[in-house]
Amino acid sequence: MSVKLTTRQVGDVTVVDAAGRITLGEGASMFRDTIRDLAAGGHKKLLLNLAEISYIDSSGIGELVSGFTTVANQGGVVKLLNLTKRVQDLLQITKLYTVFEVFDDEAKAVQSFK
Amino acid sequence: MEEHTLEKVLESTLESVDTAEHTVLDEAQALGFDEDELHRVGIALRECMVNAVVHGNRYNAKKKVHLKVVRTPQSLTVVIGDEGDGFDPTAVPDPLVGENLLRGSGRGVMLMQAFMDEFQISRREPQGTEVKMVKYKAKAT
Repeated sequence: MSVKLTTRQVGDVTVVDAAGRITLGEGASMFRDTIRDLAAGGHKKLLLNLAEISYIDSSGIGELVSGFTTVANQGGVVKLLNLTKRVQDLLQITKLYTVFEVFDDEAKAVQSFK
Repeated sequence: MEEHTLEKVLESTLESVDTAEHTVLDEAQALGFDEDELHRVGIALRECMVNAVVHGNRYNAKKKVHLKVVRTPQSLTVVIGDEGDGFDPTAVPDPLVGENLLRGSGRGVMLMQAFMDEFQISRREPQGTEVKMVKYKAKAT
């Protein structure tokens, strides 16, 4: 299984609901393309809901970071929502917990963009 | 249960990464690792295979990836060899330091070292790189 990505708006925050696996190949490519398209379309407040992400490898983490940088370079921000314990562990081991703001409550996450 | 050894020669494709993952996780499951340990072994294995396919063999159809898995009652040993030009692990920037945190790649070796109990890179003869990783079964307390 690859990754399934759907987007929705909550006010001026774009929520990307991701499900599946973000790994080298189709999953990571789809993820990269979606974030880049959103950034190019002027979406500056991105909230990535990773509740249904069962697996992410270093390529997937790389795309998370690249997306963060791409959006930041355009004056925007990417935040993370609903990390599973395994994804949390990966972000801690890679020290990316110090880079991303992480939430487990969508309403609070959306509010934080204001 | 004594020692069980599996060896496979795989193509330099992303499909081989999946094949190797299934093979190794079957052995890890037979050893009795729990779900979290299986996940960590799986990640380490995928990172190693991706390095062999993408960076070692560069998807070259003429180059193979050599997988060996040895299962004992206490441990799982995975050896992955590519037929590339060789690899200097000291040349990999530390992904945890400074601006390297925001690099889009370069975390694979670090994850393998973090998730396996032993990790060793050596030159593969006659050509390529060989990575050996070992995961020990935790003793019951």
